Amino acid sequence: MGSATSELPAQRTPLADAAETGLKIVVVGGFGAGKTTLVRSVSEIRPLNTEEVMTQAGQGVDETAGVERKTTTTVAFDFGRISLNQRMVLYLFGAPGQERFWFLWDRLFSGTLGAIVLVDTRRMEDSWYAIDRLEHLKTPFVVAINRFDSDEPQFSLDEIRQALALKDHVPMVDCDARVRSSGKEVLITLVDHLYALALSQEGTS
Amino acid sequence: MSRKPVDIGDPDRLYTVTGGRSEADDAFDLVTLIVSECEPTAGMQSEHTRILELCRHPTALVEVSAELKLPITVVRILLGDLHAMGKVSARHPRAAESVATLPETALLQEVLHGLRNL
Repeated sequence: MGSATSELPAQRTPLADAAETGLKIVVVGGFGAGKTTLVRSVSEIRPLNTEEVMTQAGQGVDETAGVERKTTTTVAFDFGRISLNQRMVLYLFGAPGQERFWFLWDRLFSGTLGAIVLVDTRRMEDSWYAIDRLEHLKTPFVVAINRFDSDEPQFSLDEIRQALALKDHVPMVDCDARVRSSGKEVLITLVDHLYALALSQEGTS
Repeated sequence: MSRKPVDIGDPDRLYTVTGGRSEADDAFDLVTLIVSECEPTAGMQSEHTRILELCRHPTALVEVSAELKLPITVVRILLGDLHAMGKVSARHPRAAESVATLPETALLQEVLHGLRNL
């Protein structure tokens, strides 16, 4: 296929015909934390990008205006896919963590298994809002520290836990989002955590 | 012929695609898998044709959106129409019998198993 002249997307890899249930995991983090990189490293398809056009009342968006009006905002996000078996397919969504995208979150997070907060230690404050929001929504999550080559400060996980005011029960893991096996470990850490939570709930009910 | 059904930057044209509606059917989750139940027919709205072609194999709503380069809300409306006409079926998350009856722990075990086998 001539890549220079053709705009056609790469051949799609279809799901198995028996695929019957889609599951969701959301990856959140600040700009440049490596969300897309992580999604790409574990996804079976080239990450796709789509967008949601949100129409909302003006309140809280432009409070200085003092006028009721509707605002249209377009929020783009990436996603990838992992076929777990013939029946189950896991979708990974990369969501911007900034506060102004809160309205996308509720939609992305509804029915999600859990979330991965991807942290760039050079900009830890970018994760505060995401963590706050996840706790509020009671969405289980793990924190993955993306250790870039240039990660000079080399904070320990304990130091980062303190800086993020993370509770003890929230698992933390180092990763290199570019490496497939590392991304896979992050996913397994999350699902292990979810499994432990579900097990303790089944025990009490 | 232009491949882009609409210019997504222009809300007026989105209204054209959806017949003037902007309220979407929330029954379709981002990961609801859509499956075509028939072949496209001549004279069908071009977006409907594209969806029916795309969903010959199960395809999540969010993938339909990405492939058609249309916002999620618009795709929800289009899918709602096709579903109402019986032209597509929808496999909602965890609605399948094999999953719905599964305890959360068993479901997660399957997920773990799948991930470890990657």
